[in-house]
Amino acid sequence: MNTDHPIICLNNISFSYPGADAPVLDQLDFDFYAGERTGLVAPNGSGKTTLFQIVMGLLKPDSGHIKIFGKTVSEEKDFVAVRPRIGLLFQDADDQLFSPTVLEDVAFGPLNLGKSKQEAVAISRRMLSSLGLEGFEDRITLKLSGGEKRLVALAAVLAMQPEVLLLDEPSAGLDEKTKEHLVGILKNLDISYIIVSHEFDFLAGLAESIYTLQNGKIVLDTELHLHEHVHAHTYGRQPHKHD
Amino acid sequence: MIDEPFAHGSSIIHRIDPRFKAVFAGALSVATAVSYRFEALFFALGLSLLLVIAARLAMGLVIKKLMVVVGFLLLLWLVLPLTFEGEVFTRIGPVKITRPGLILSAQITLKSLSILMMFIALVTTASLVTLGHAMDRLGIPAKIVHLLLMSYRYIFVIEQEYRRLSRAAAVRGFTPGTNLHTYRTYAYLVGMIFVRAAERADQVYKAMRCRGFNGRFYCLAEFPAHRRNWIFAGLMTISLAVLVLLEFTNAAQVLT
Ligand SMILES: Nc1ncnc2c1ncn2[C@@H]1O[C@H](COP(=O)(O)OP(=O)(O)O)[C@@H](O)[C@H]1O
Ligand SMILES: [Mg+2]
Repeated sequence: MNTDHPIICLNNISFSYPGADAPVLDQLDFDFYAGERTGLVAPNGSGKTTLFQIVMGLLKPDSGHIKIFGKTVSEEKDFVAVRPRIGLLFQDADDQLFSPTVLEDVAFGPLNLGKSKQEAVAISRRMLSSLGLEGFEDRITLKLSGGEKRLVALAAVLAMQPEVLLLDEPSAGLDEKTKEHLVGILKNLDISYIIVSHEFDFLAGLAESIYTLQNGKIVLDTELHLHEHVHAHTYGRQPHKHD
Repeated sequence: MIDEPFAHGSSIIHRIDPRFKAVFAGALSVATAVSYRFEALFFALGLSLLLVIAARLAMGLVIKKLMVVVGFLLLLWLVLPLTFEGEVFTRIGPVKITRPGLILSAQITLKSLSILMMFIALVTTASLVTLGHAMDRLGIPAKIVHLLLMSYRYIFVIEQEYRRLSRAAAVRGFTPGTNLHTYRTYAYLVGMIFVRAAERADQVYKAMRCRGFNGRFYCLAEFPAHRRNWIFAGLMTISLAVLVLLEFTNAAQVLT
């Protein structure tokens, strides 16, 4: 399934926020190939959101270089070209849904890609109904529930027909039913993705390999690999062994 | 949070294209604001009452909204007749009540009540979102329209953040009083709100760029044409004309 070139290739990336004493990402290397479905599990504050924003060109790394779809990206104009092909689902759906109504929000991406209003509306309606959100078109975004916001934000990202998804804690704060619904949606998508989550049960059915961030670097989580089976237990959120 | 108690309804006023309503609300209130003759002002008051009735709004709520200016108007009635120079109308003990003072108070009262009711009937009977779209269609610059719509979108989020912060202060034993500690806490709270709002704006902008934002905003709303819009426009144009005529021709003299 893998082609020769990774679709996202991070090389020696370091990043620290201004004024912070330790870097969030420290000489990080990571390759992500088409067709992969990857989980990223790491404690709060370890830099997962920062990493996604660096991939999207929203934050500029202090050093290192990034190749996306085989091309080096470093300036804003390089990122502008690749952003539509990578869908980032923000950790906080309120950041993403800025339009007053659902339909306008979902249509925003397609319109920016140069689609006509009719096309953009048609794509958006199709996307909403494929996520089980028929009838949501004219709902006011700020009056949606947390779970509805998350799904609408996902519809908005998918409406751009990206080739890769970066999902930043998509399951956080969802009830069991919405979570199952989301798992169903993601399982049926024909798309590569990286999912950040703290919930092992959620990731178990969705991710083929699980990585973690340690000291600013991405490492394959061998501890989690030790027991890649579906179960629920108290320590599911932390790397742990079964003795 | 912004609630829109009048935005939803099935009255004839609710069904009129918000662009028409917004335009006539503007024109009528400007005409009312520049009128001084009582013929014109009473006409404006009558018209605005009719509009409110036609919109079939909850009267109790309308009166509650009007009360906001009534307090201010009462203050005017207390101050203006006593302080305005001019012909003395009557004396109460040592204080003079002047005729121009009374007239001015009456004019201001009529104007503000009429304009407020026109806005209640014509503007608040559409949701803010619809109004934003109407403004867009009327050729108001997209940046202004989106400033309005995004303020509406995020005021609620910022209010929630404020609540979270003040709850955090409350659970740690903060009780407001009249002391420096209280003022300082509120200053921190307000400061935090600004910081959060700025961070929020930053994130929203990032999310927009992720979806290919290039400085252009789009508006999808359609306002289907309907005969009733033009009937409304006709009636309002006639009313506007009457209002202007009453103000600028000496109608009282013509009639006598
Ligand atoms: N805008 C910012 N300014 C300064 N520090 C930040 C900012 N955003 C995040 N950080 C810090 O960087 C670290 C990584 O944050 P983040 O990438 O959000 O982690 P995660 O998503 O894994 O929880 C945290 O210690 C956080 O406090
Ligand atoms: Mg995060």
